[in-house]
Amino acid sequence: MIRKLALFGAALALATVAYSQEQEEPPEVVGGSVRSAQTIAVPAMPSTGGAPPLGRQIAEVVASDLRSTGAFTPLGPTGMPSYSVGEAGAPAYSEWRNTGAGALVSGYVEPRGGGRLTVACLLHDVTAGRQLASQGFVVAEGDWRRAAHKCADLVYARLTGEQPFLDTRIVYVAETGPKTNRVKRIALMDSDGSNLRYLTPGRATVTMPRFSPRGDRLVYTGTLARKPRVFVLDVASGRERLLVPGGAVTFAPRFSPDGRNIVFSWARDGNTDIYVVDADGGVPRRLTTAPGADTSPSYSPDGRRIVFESERSGTQQLYVMDSGGGGQRRISFGGGRFASPVWSPRGDLIAFTRIAGSFNIGVMSASGGGTRILTDGWQDEGPSWAPNGQFVLFHRTQRGSGNASLHAVPVNGGTIRRIPTPQGGSDPSWSPLNS
Amino acid sequence: MRNILIVASALALMTTACARKTPPPEGLPPASEQQTEVPPGVDPADVELTELPAMQADLVAKAGSDTVYFGTDEYSLDAASQATLAAQARWMLANPRVRASIEGHADERGTREYNMALGERRANATRDFLVSQGVPTTRLLVTSWGKERPVAAGSDETAWAQNRRAVTVVVR
Repeated sequence: MIRKLALFGAALALATVAYSQEQEEPPEVVGGSVRSAQTIAVPAMPSTGGAPPLGRQIAEVVASDLRSTGAFTPLGPTGMPSYSVGEAGAPAYSEWRNTGAGALVSGYVEPRGGGRLTVACLLHDVTAGRQLASQGFVVAEGDWRRAAHKCADLVYARLTGEQPFLDTRIVYVAETGPKTNRVKRIALMDSDGSNLRYLTPGRATVTMPRFSPRGDRLVYTGTLARKPRVFVLDVASGRERLLVPGGAVTFAPRFSPDGRNIVFSWARDGNTDIYVVDADGGVPRRLTTAPGADTSPSYSPDGRRIVFESERSGTQQLYVMDSGGGGQRRISFGGGRFASPVWSPRGDLIAFTRIAGSFNIGVMSASGGGTRILTDGWQDEGPSWAPNGQFVLFHRTQRGSGNASLHAVPVNGGTIRRIPTPQGGSDPSWSPLNS
Repeated sequence: MRNILIVASALALMTTACARKTPPPEGLPPASEQQTEVPPGVDPADVELTELPAMQADLVAKAGSDTVYFGTDEYSLDAASQATLAAQARWMLANPRVRASIEGHADERGTREYNMALGERRANATRDFLVSQGVPTTRLLVTSWGKERPVAAGSDETAWAQNRRAVTVVVR
């Protein structure tokens, strides 16, 4: 499933007004502060040259993506005025001001031959009456959603100053059936829930899928010979491989940031410790030796440290060590137990599950301290970062039914958003930005 | 299912070692009498196990139960559990041709990863007791399902108590 998407600029000549010098400007705040949702018009894009009329659907995806960030209140495409291809680059700003929008996303769809399309995406500051950014995306006709996500990322990045994150995928465990006989399959979808497909058939219990840093592989905990076992799965080919042969009870795997190593837990003789092994196989190296459970390892983005949970103090708490296992020190000291830590891709924060009666998702600084609890479900666990470090994805389990669903919470506060999945979902992992 | 060998689809995908289901030729003795074949290049510990329902039922009938239970976040065996396991050990010694997968479980009030570790600790304590009763270590496999396979569906103490368990699963 390698979808090529070329960045395309030349076709924008007719639509572009001096965008090149605009590209490097600092983030713009249109129509208010970044913290309050910006009103942005997203009308249906016109088609030209006989291109299929996909402009309304593209605008719907752009609007939906922007709304999902919590930073925007999109207007349209329904109810927004139509415009011509020529007007995409030279909109009548005074008319767009009348819609109440502070910004406008315009564009058009043009055929490229060979079953491909160019989707032009232009962002305007309606209040100031000028263009802020423009880019063209060449995609196969069937991949028009991909161009829409790229367009939304362009708008999000330009107006918030944050890194893009919408053109991404989410892998999770799809759950069906009753609590006492639950079928679990690894599922992969685009970040907005589209293009869902299943990567395992559901015969074996699977948990904890996580992306490789390039997004081309997954590491997950499957089942073999009635034991939890770590597998490495190539997403494109579907081929997979047992990470540590020989009947080892292994789980909670994660890639190192360079993709070369996989860190995981190995339980034997009543003790669980953290090990690291070459992602292509080899002899695992032991990193922890404490009695009791050491699990949930996660690398810092520079690969030099690992955060993990350990009950060496008597309860689950968070610890940081050098990637070689040295310098182990505790970083969580608040009330309750702390589990399943994961290091932010920015390096500054660690997300975790706090157990204090209920399970809640929180963040703390990478050195410990500054703890903030972000959610209030009965059982919220399994945090995973958006690649831009602005959102934490997690799953929420209902008391009684045990039904689980995926949610995202903005790390700087804001509304928890449910991520739509057709069945139950748990153990989400956010991919890096698609290449 | 009386296959000589059932290999996980995962293993079949992953290896070039000709791992595949082999249908049992007609006239073979029951599964409990068969020998497990291991494909070349595959560790014997990485071959799927075959459950033996009739033997399992016999274990439950003779030992009273195939399951022992634990306190919250604990892995110690009380006197009743030890009596059950002593009876299981006698059954294992009387049935020397089978192995057992000792499978630890946790209730839902722990995180996924921690419960995997806790289940293994419970299974290990159970295995150690069976070994102390004379069952050879080589016949006992230790595993954990964490909180993935509850037998009681509720979110209350009654259900949780039933789910904090270790099950002796007879396998070949």
